[in-house]
Amino acid sequence: MDAMLFWVLATIAVTASLLVIAQRNPMYSVLLLIVSFAALSGLYVLLQAPFVAVIQIIIYAGAIMVLFLFVVMLLNIPTEEPTLERRWATGAGPRRFGAVLSAVLAAELYWAISSIQKTDLPAGVPETTVKDIGVRLFSEYSFAFELTSVLILVAMVGSIIIARKEPPRDHA
Amino acid sequence: MPSPETLAQLGVIGFTFFMLLNSAAVLVYMERKVAAFVQQRYGPYLVGPKGLLQPLADIIKLMFKEELRPKAADPLLFYAAPILSAIAAFAAFSVVPFGADTDFFGLLDRKIPLAPADVNVGLLVIFAVTSMGVYGIVLAGWSSNSKYSLLGGLRSSAQMISYEISYGLSFATVIMLAGSLSLGDIVDQQAGTWFGFLPKWYLFLQPVGFLIFLIAGVAETNRAPFDFPEAEQELVAGYHTEYSSMSFALFFLAEYVNMVTVSAVATDLFLGGWHGPWLPEYLGWIWFLAKVGFLLFFYIWMRWTLPRYRYDQLMEFGWKWLLPIAVINLLVTAFAVAWWGF
Amino acid sequence: MPDPTLNSYLMLSAVLFAIGTAGIFLRRNLITILLSIEIMLNAVNLTFVAVDRYLGATDGQIIVFFVMTVAAAEAAVGLALVIALFRHKATLSPDAFTTLKW
Repeated sequence: MDAMLFWVLATIAVTASLLVIAQRNPMYSVLLLIVSFAALSGLYVLLQAPFVAVIQIIIYAGAIMVLFLFVVMLLNIPTEEPTLERRWATGAGPRRFGAVLSAVLAAELYWAISSIQKTDLPAGVPETTVKDIGVRLFSEYSFAFELTSVLILVAMVGSIIIARKEPPRDHA
Repeated sequence: MPSPETLAQLGVIGFTFFMLLNSAAVLVYMERKVAAFVQQRYGPYLVGPKGLLQPLADIIKLMFKEELRPKAADPLLFYAAPILSAIAAFAAFSVVPFGADTDFFGLLDRKIPLAPADVNVGLLVIFAVTSMGVYGIVLAGWSSNSKYSLLGGLRSSAQMISYEISYGLSFATVIMLAGSLSLGDIVDQQAGTWFGFLPKWYLFLQPVGFLIFLIAGVAETNRAPFDFPEAEQELVAGYHTEYSSMSFALFFLAEYVNMVTVSAVATDLFLGGWHGPWLPEYLGWIWFLAKVGFLLFFYIWMRWTLPRYRYDQLMEFGWKWLLPIAVINLLVTAFAVAWWGF
Repeated sequence: MPDPTLNSYLMLSAVLFAIGTAGIFLRRNLITILLSIEIMLNAVNLTFVAVDRYLGATDGQIIVFFVMTVAAAEAAVGLALVIALFRHKATLSPDAFTTLKW
C-alpha cells in the first residue's frame, strides 16, 4: 500500500514539474506547480513527517503560490506565442549549453545515488510530533529562528519598496 | 474483507459527507426564513408545510438552468474553480469530530473517533485547507475574463489571506491551553465543570480569542458584514458573476459548507464540542448540533442586521485592529500558561 | 511492487532537482525561472526529510522549516523585482534586460 502510494505520488510530482517548465501559459504553470507541491506533501506524510506536510501546503501552496498567482494576474502576462517569441533558449549556443548542463547534472546525480548500496528505511518509526519539532526549534535552533524573523521583515520591507510605483514628484 | 473498524470509519466518512450536503440545503431554508423574520415578513411558506421543501425547489430550478460560459473564458479554469472551492470546503470538515469516540454500543472492538479522520495535526490541516480555498475564488475571478469578476476575485482573495493570520493566531491560543493540535483532544480537555455549574469551555478562558475567531471566520467565508467582494450593489455578484446553474450551485454549496465548518470548528475549540449536561456521552452529538445550529443562526442574523464594510475599511480592520489584538491575546495567554500553568 | 527505499526518495529528489535546473537554463520567462527555483528548493526539502526518516532524527525537518521560510522571502523579493522590471519594459524575457552588459 505504501509502495503504491509512493510511486503514484512520485509520478504525479515528476509529471507536474515537467509540465511546469513546458507550459506556455504562466497561469497553468503555477497551478501545475501547486499540484506538484500537493504530491510532495503526500510524500512527506509517507515519510512520517505530518508537520512538514501540512506546513508545505500552508506556506508553499497556500502563500507563495498565491503570491505568484497574484503577480501573474495583475501583470496580465499573456500566454507565450510559440513562434513570435523564443520560448525555449533556441539558439545553438544557449540550447546546447543549457541542455548539456542539465543532462550532465542528471547523469551525475544518477551515478552518485545508484552507487550507494540499497538502504532500506527502518520500519516502525513513529511519526514526528509537533511537540518534538517545537522543543528543538525553540531550544537548539532559537537563534536561527530569530534570524528568520528578521529575514522575513527585511523581505517584506524590501519587496514593498522595490515594487511600488514611483511616487509622483511635486512640480513645485 | 477489511476490519469492522475500517468499515465503520468509512461509514462515518460517508455519513459526514451526506450530512454536509444536507446541511447546505437546511441552511438555504434557514437563511431565507431567518432573513424573513428579521425583516418582518413570512419568507417561503408555499412549498411544502411551512415552506420546508423550498430548498428542493431551489435545487431543481438550479439544475434546469442553462450552463453558460463566456466565450473568452478559459474553459478548464472556469469549470475547475467551483470544483476547487467545493473540494476545499468539504475537505476542511474532514478533521472535525462531531461526537465522542464510540464503539457503536460494543459492536466494534475499539472506539473510533466520530470524525472522518482525527489526525494529530488536525487544526493545521484545517488551516491548510482553508488556505487552499482561496484558489477557487482567485481562479473564478480570473477565468471569467470579466472586469467585475476579476476585481471581485482579487478583493475576495486578498481579504481571505489577510484574515487568515488572525484566524490562525486565535486558535494558537487554544492550542496552548489544550496542549494538542488534535480536535478530539481539545474537546476532551473541555469536559466537566467548574464550581459545579460553569462548563470548562475555552470560551470562558479565551473570550477575546473566540471573538477574533468568529470575526475572522466570517471574513474567511465571505459573509456579511465582510461580503463586499460579492455585494450585489457594488460588484454585480463579484467573482461568481458569470456562473450559472450547477457551477453557481457549487459555489453556493461551498460557501454554506464553509460556514458550517467554521461553526463546527468554533464549537469544538471554544464551546466544548459535544459535552453538555443531562445527556449521556453517546448522545453528545445532539449538543454538538445544537451549538453549531446556534452559531449558524448567529451568522445569518449578522448578515441581515449589519451593514456591509467598505473594502478599505475591511482591510484596515483586519490588519490594523484584528491582527494586533490577536497578537496581544496570544502573548497574554502565553504568559498565563507559563506562569499559572493553565 | 518494491517498497520505496532511501535510494528511491533520493532519486526522485535528484530528478526533481534536474527538472528545476533544466527549467532555469532553458526557459526564457522570468516567472517560469522563479518557479523552477521553487522546484529545486522542494527537491532539497524532500532530500532532507527522507534522510531524516532514515536516520530517525528531526533535524532535517527543522532545516526544512527554515528552507521554506527562506524560499518565501526569496519568492517575495523575486516577484517584486519581476514587477519592477515588467513596469520598465513590458516584457518578461530575461534577454531584454541587457543594459548592464559591456
